Amino acid sequence: MLRVEVIKKLGEFTLEASFTSDGRVTGLFGASGAGKTSLINMIAGLLRPDRGSIVIDGETLDDTTARIHVPAHRRRIGYVFQDARLFPHLDVRQNLDFGRRMNRLADDPAQRARVTDLLDIGGLLDRRPGQLSGGERQRVALGRALLSKPRLLLLDEPLGSLDEGRKVEILPYLVRLRDEAGVPMVYVSHDAGEMRQLATQIVILKRGRVIAFGGGEILPLAASG
Amino acid sequence: MIATLVATPLGIGVAWLLARRDFWGKSVVDALIHLPLVLPPVVTGYLLLLTLGRRGLVGAWLADHLGIVFAFRWTGAALACGVMSFPLLVRPIRLSIEAIDRRLEQAAGTLGAAPWQVFATITLPLALPGVLAGMVLGFAKAIGEFGATITFVSNIPGETQTISSAIYSLIQTPDGDTAALRLVLISIVIAMSALIASEWFARRATQRLHGN
Repeated sequence: MLRVEVIKKLGEFTLEASFTSDGRVTGLFGASGAGKTSLINMIAGLLRPDRGSIVIDGETLDDTTARIHVPAHRRRIGYVFQDARLFPHLDVRQNLDFGRRMNRLADDPAQRARVTDLLDIGGLLDRRPGQLSGGERQRVALGRALLSKPRLLLLDEPLGSLDEGRKVEILPYLVRLRDEAGVPMVYVSHDAGEMRQLATQIVILKRGRVIAFGGGEILPLAASG
Repeated sequence: MIATLVATPLGIGVAWLLARRDFWGKSVVDALIHLPLVLPPVVTGYLLLLTLGRRGLVGAWLADHLGIVFAFRWTGAALACGVMSFPLLVRPIRLSIEAIDRRLEQAAGTLGAAPWQVFATITLPLALPGVLAGMVLGFAKAIGEFGATITFVSNIPGETQTISSAIYSLIQTPDGDTAALRLVLISIVIAMSALIASEWFARRATQRLHGN
């Protein structure tokens, strides 16, 4: 269960959003510039709200009146960025292992095998990020976030930097992730088609405001594709 | 050598502060660090003598309370060389830290890395070529330091002599020419290798950032 109620001034524009979601995949839908990325950056703890609160499963991560702000590294929230952001000096295996090492979790070969199978990245383990294709990089980034054992996974347009062919290649992995990984997700996209396939609950943002909340039926039909 | 080894961790710290933090008086700190580069070395040496000499402000206290004396000792020579080479040491490190994508550090944070872990596992390894380049340049500067060292700790063979001051002494002695020439050749070799090495490290740095 994720409860967000935040106000943040960003330059000329004010993001003022509140929603509560207990879906397996909460979709944040809106045109670019609607404030989607700022909103999940706040959930991740990378951006601090001016006012408001963020609560996950009863634990308060942000509450400006109580002066609570849990730093990003203590939130146990995984984040898959649009541009993957794999560590260039580490190979794929070390990238995947990074979260486990930082959180001092015990080695869990079964979990690692499950995630590498799920994402089909077993053959890439000894490569460097520079030697991967865009789609492979994004799959490794997904695996890296999952293996840090997050309680929530944020995905910021993970298909955004890929061409159509690659999108079709990654989408099934995301569906599998939703159905098999058991980690709730917040999925950001401006693509109604992706939203319909993945999200169980949808929040529509427009110029910093939530204008609709509900299931797939609230998505604009014309924009699907 | 000692000067470089002691100055390196300090240099990394200062470089990180200058590259990543905004604080009050940052430009003053920046200027102070670069001062030895543009100030006449003799002035730097004299300032060191005034502050850290046996009767200097800080030096007297150190000598009385801790028994630490810098003036006319090899430790003083190391200190003078350290101060003089510091700007050359800091600059490449700072540039290489600034070249690192901050978004990688953010990503490390979301994976559970505390700020010091981010520094140790992401920032420092990615800046390593810059650190090595800085060390090489700083070292080359330190062994050739003349003005500040000779003013602060004089020119005592085996104690406070650097290559430059040794060459200077040899030229002053009647039959010192060949020995001086030998030292000249050594310093040319060291300087050339230092420059080549730091270039090489800089190239490695770009490769590293692209993940090949």
